[in-house]
Amino acid sequence: MMLSVHDLRVSFAREHGDPVEVVHGISLDLAKGETLGIVGESGSGKSVLSLATMGLLPRTARATGRILLDGEDILTMSERQLCRVRGRKIGMIFQEPMTALNPSMRVGAQIAEGLRLAQGLSRRDARIEALRLLEMVKIPRAAERIDSFPHEMSGGQRQRIGIAIALALKPELLIADEPTTALDVTVQAEVLDILDELVAELGIALILISHDLGVIARIADRTLVMYRGDEMEQGETEQVLRRPTHAYTRKLLAAMPGRVRASLELSDG
Amino acid sequence: MAEILKVQNLSRHYTLNGSTIRALDDVTLGLDEGRILGVVGESGSGKSTLAKQVMALDTPTSGEVLLDGRSLFALSPRQLRAARRNFQMVFQDPYSSLDPRHDVGRIIAEPLHLDPAAPKGAERRELVGELLEDVGLSASDVTRYPHEFSGGQRQRIAIARALITKPRLLVADEATSALDLTVQKQILELILKLREEHGISVLFITHNIGVVDEICDEVAVMQHGRLVETGPARAVLDAPREDYTRRLLAAEPTLEVIGRRSRRVAAR
Amino acid sequence: MRKLPFSLIAGGMITGGLLAAALLSRVWTPADPTAMNILNRLKAPGEAGLLGADQIGRDVLSIIMAGAWTSLGIAVTATLVGGAIGTLVGVSAAAKGGAFERVSMAVNGVLFSFPPILSAILLGALMGPGALTSITAIGVFMIPVFARVTRGAALQIWSRDFVQAARMAGKGPALITLQHILPNISAQIIVQLAIQTGLAILSEAGLSFLGMGVAPPTPSWGRMLADAQTFISAAPHLVLAPGLAIAAAVLGLNLLGDGLRDLTDPRRRQAS
Repeated sequence: MMLSVHDLRVSFAREHGDPVEVVHGISLDLAKGETLGIVGESGSGKSVLSLATMGLLPRTARATGRILLDGEDILTMSERQLCRVRGRKIGMIFQEPMTALNPSMRVGAQIAEGLRLAQGLSRRDARIEALRLLEMVKIPRAAERIDSFPHEMSGGQRQRIGIAIALALKPELLIADEPTTALDVTVQAEVLDILDELVAELGIALILISHDLGVIARIADRTLVMYRGDEMEQGETEQVLRRPTHAYTRKLLAAMPGRVRASLELSDG
Repeated sequence: MAEILKVQNLSRHYTLNGSTIRALDDVTLGLDEGRILGVVGESGSGKSTLAKQVMALDTPTSGEVLLDGRSLFALSPRQLRAARRNFQMVFQDPYSSLDPRHDVGRIIAEPLHLDPAAPKGAERRELVGELLEDVGLSASDVTRYPHEFSGGQRQRIAIARALITKPRLLVADEATSALDLTVQKQILELILKLREEHGISVLFITHNIGVVDEICDEVAVMQHGRLVETGPARAVLDAPREDYTRRLLAAEPTLEVIGRRSRRVAAR
Repeated sequence: MRKLPFSLIAGGMITGGLLAAALLSRVWTPADPTAMNILNRLKAPGEAGLLGADQIGRDVLSIIMAGAWTSLGIAVTATLVGGAIGTLVGVSAAAKGGAFERVSMAVNGVLFSFPPILSAILLGALMGPGALTSITAIGVFMIPVFARVTRGAALQIWSRDFVQAARMAGKGPALITLQHILPNISAQIIVQLAIQTGLAILSEAGLSFLGMGVAPPTPSWGRMLADAQTFISAAPHLVLAPGLAIAAAVLGLNLLGDGLRDLTDPRRRQAS
């Protein structure tokens, strides 16, 4: 297994009183080229789980268990080791593309930055690679747009830049936390499809975190349903959606608008 | 059925760096008493600008908003205050729409400022308590502060505030978008219950077609400040006449595509 | 109880001590701060009184205590008056917007560009030196500081939806400012009051030093410093005592301001 999380527990220290545990023993395995959807509402612990996997937990947090990435435990790594892992082995895509990008830097330069720092590419080679990445995420007229600033692009294009940056160093694992939540619906589908195609093409493992079962259904092979820090159920996405075994999953499905639920039943036939 | 709200050729233009932005461009629509009209569109469609005009929080460049047949923008300030009792608003972000320094009782009672004859003291507390129970909270919550509540509970408080003057029209601007799915469902059910019990009319602004389908009788689809299509919700969603509506419907997140991914994996 | 920030405790203690000394000086000082005793002239600390005596034999500790009353009195009055006017300008600019906001902020910018010492010398020439001159000069300087801070803070609150809800309740700008804006920016105002009072003490000392402050024989730290210049080698305690008093006052109020800022920081509040 490329990523193997075993009995992960995360608790946060409080100014007074005992620490609060927010993730209560989550285990999961993820192979190369596989997409795992993690679905849950606010307070489910899904974002804390993703932060732990990237070694980005705040200092007040304490994590126990194991997070093995290619056999190495993220939880026991030093900050220096983590820096080598982030970006190179794990790529990240954030919810808000506008705040994740540097507003005063041209997008091409932002993609090239990591390439030059981590892979020691020359300015020219990094630019060529950045252009290739822009084309890969289907930015129209990439050769012109490479010198644009983030504010000159639409939300969907900015998120595609975010994907290009995350893929630049050819990570083995990609973590996307609500990558389409801030986008309009017509753009959401496009971005998800690009993401889906790329991870399949490049054989990258993807963890997709979302509150929206529709997003999960679209691209996740397997799905983990979380509620208040606990695993409710985990399995093939199709299985989880069509034959949920846990009452909470059924409640989540029931909360979907009728039209969306109907679409599940329609395709059942 | 009487028409409670009529929006007539409403336009709102802004000038930014010398160029004109048509946030709202010649929009005409109506809402009958006791009905729920969904205004659906993506960001920049002008749906929130429309809400602001209808609430008289902004003045249009041209056009009219008629409430019970009376033009909102022809009213004197005193008449407008009196009219405001009849329409109230629920905002998108329940973390921004409640003053953190005021307790729940004070927040909910705020619109009573519109009514000089509003009850005071114990009577007012009782009214607030009743409303809290109406929206599924407890009357003893009046002395608590917003930060003690979850997002869904805060939205219930905001709805209680909007109801205290017994308005006949409620404008909800993305009122469930910031909420968890299970909480959204509860709030939608609450709005339907209020319509049933009080015959309140609702202008429901949203980007979520699924929500429109859940609670709206009519729907108006907007894009780039213009009205694309209006009609009974069922008819428009089942058989859209306009291209844009069809695109919006096609992009709607659904659960039916799980098959597609599995097929693709299988084919590999 | 959660842990209070260190700066709040330290600042509170220093400021509290100063305030106590100032209040005490109204009813009791070791000696009469204006009584001369030529025999004690330039005596070192311990030889005559705890902090020695000055060039005409007055008890230094007594002058320092009485000077604290003068300094704090002028600084607090100036900051409160200037702060109130500035806050009024700031929140009105935020509430009204448009031409009023542009004009008031432009006037503000002009005021801000005058160093308080310069405007005090100007005022002193017009009004003659005295407590009122100091208060006016320092207070005028406070107006733009508070106007700027409160306008920025108020604009942020104006963009919140609960203000729209208040408008839906038929409330006008004045009522909204009173009920929603001011309570939500009170923390920033209080922090600013503490820090600016510290700066005002410094300005007051500067004005007295230049002879534009309170007139003798009213005790004042700034004038003590000015008078002691000539004796700096013979009696260094005469410079040190008022110098340290001024430094302590400014430090104490700044720490207090920082501590209050930490205490009211929403990120801290949420953590508790």
